[in-house]
Amino acid sequence: MEIKAIGCEPLQLKRVHLENSHTLKVYQENDGYKWLRKAMDMSPDAIINEVKASVLRGRGGAGFPTGMKWSFVPKDSPKQKYIVCNADESEPGTFKDRYLMERDPHALIEGMLIAAFALNSQTCYIYTRGEYRYLIDIMDEAIEEARAANLVGKNILGSDFSCEVYTHTGAGAYICGEETALLSSLEGYRGHPRMKPPFPAVEGLYASPTVVNNVETLTAVPQIIEMGGVAWRDLGTEKSGGTKLWSVSGHVKKPGVYELPMGYADMERFIMEDCGGIRNGHNLKGVIPGGSSVYIMRADDVIGKKVLMDYEGLVAAGSLVGSGGFIVIDETVDIVDSTKNLTEFYKHESCGWCTPCREGTDWLVKIFNRIASGGGRPEDAQLILDLVDNIEGKSFCALGDAAAWAIQGAIKRFPEDFMPYLNGEKTTSIEPKAKTV
Amino acid sequence: MASVAPTYYTNQVQVTDEAASFSPSVLEEMDSHLAKYPSERKRSALIPLLFVIQRERGYVDNAGVNFLAKFLDLEVTDVWETVTFYSMFNLRKIGRHHIQICKTLSCRVMGEPEITEHVCNKLGIYVGETTADEKYTVSLVECLGSCGTAPMMQIGFDYHEDLTTEKVDRILDSLK
Repeated sequence: MEIKAIGCEPLQLKRVHLENSHTLKVYQENDGYKWLRKAMDMSPDAIINEVKASVLRGRGGAGFPTGMKWSFVPKDSPKQKYIVCNADESEPGTFKDRYLMERDPHALIEGMLIAAFALNSQTCYIYTRGEYRYLIDIMDEAIEEARAANLVGKNILGSDFSCEVYTHTGAGAYICGEETALLSSLEGYRGHPRMKPPFPAVEGLYASPTVVNNVETLTAVPQIIEMGGVAWRDLGTEKSGGTKLWSVSGHVKKPGVYELPMGYADMERFIMEDCGGIRNGHNLKGVIPGGSSVYIMRADDVIGKKVLMDYEGLVAAGSLVGSGGFIVIDETVDIVDSTKNLTEFYKHESCGWCTPCREGTDWLVKIFNRIASGGGRPEDAQLILDLVDNIEGKSFCALGDAAAWAIQGAIKRFPEDFMPYLNGEKTTSIEPKAKTV
Repeated sequence: MASVAPTYYTNQVQVTDEAASFSPSVLEEMDSHLAKYPSERKRSALIPLLFVIQRERGYVDNAGVNFLAKFLDLEVTDVWETVTFYSMFNLRKIGRHHIQICKTLSCRVMGEPEITEHVCNKLGIYVGETTADEKYTVSLVECLGSCGTAPMMQIGFDYHEDLTTEKVDRILDSLK
């Protein structure tokens, strides 16, 4: 698997190939914690302004401007403020945070401490998905190392700034990547999302002001303090600042984690050259560029279309950046089968809190099962589109929307894959070999 | 009439008043989790502590839940409410080695069906079952964040990536 930067100097991936890159020693030899010191000489407002100027947008999937999120935290609130790192990376196709935490855990701690300093917080939690147990161990070790060096804990570096960093584990729920569900889970409850407003910045963890940021978002913060917000933004485009990690999986010769400047031109070159093209002499059929929750793109929407790899470029091309989980699919894949697979995912991961998502995803799986086993009807395409229309925008959180988008894109863009099933001419090519649970 | 002790069920688990007890070292570990959260927010430690219960008792059982309810000043139903939401908590005994094969899109298109078939055939069980010697349980799970090295499986907490049927054989044969 490849882990490298293309079209820019590695920033997020600057240290990942160094030996013992997870240790404090190596991190400090490579300017580690220098930017925390610099930030602590700045005023909190100046830090927030640099982050705003960087146009850093949340890397977890929603793409909300980080500086703006930080500025929503009420400064005059007497309550304790919390910084929570969302390391519940569960979006199908996404695995970038895993390598950041595995190989550069101190960058995450430094980013959290800078955020804590800027927002006057004394407590940070890193909420990691339960399956990533080995990463929690790595983070715990890194936190202890930092504590021993007076970088975490009381009176950091001799100042009057004190901040604790703790790890916390999830237990296998995709929904806990949604920030309010994550907070419910961190409080020990079922991972149900909460009504917004109030937003977490005002009432989050323990009803206190809370900022929830993705791992990649927080590891970008020290870089922004180092370079200055405007210089960091200029690595990318005016509206999509900096660099972004893309987790590439599927039928490419060189899957991996790639760091690209925002606005990288173009997607065809990225797939065909940087990722080595499609395996085994096959042809590109489609791309899901931002994790399973975004619209699937046809090969014709990519080849020769000069799709720019940034927020605006992908919207113009009919999809979204999402979490950057870039799934490449060749012509051996049946889109009905792949969409059924993702629908099962959303059904399994729907938290059950609200009816449109809980019942809707369940019925979608039933319909897909019927179609796949030979019971397709021509009107099913419209039936599915009507059903997802009753989920999209009508569910409590974005999980319902995500399920809807994955299916809408597939039905509208790959009718030739659906028609044989709907006309009763085809049943699923891959029969389940084992009994499903 | 003789009184009958109340017995009720949640997710097929028989619930009684029996509470588990743990060694001082385990209690110390539990306290270290508790110390991460504000003293009036003990419930936050629930999920980390459930993992300790699961490790110590093999699965999250009635006695372990009763212990946690007391330990965290919660109602027993509060604990069950959380336990039953999360897929990583087992409510009944499973094999010593929990083989969890990722079935989501990237793994599926890269060969998960062959891996699943191979594992099941090798162990002689269907997905969701445990071998008669209680050594292995096979589950299909959703995305484990290992898409670039698909297909993959997790056994216990260990990741096994870039699987082929030969590699699966080597891994399973090496398990004690």
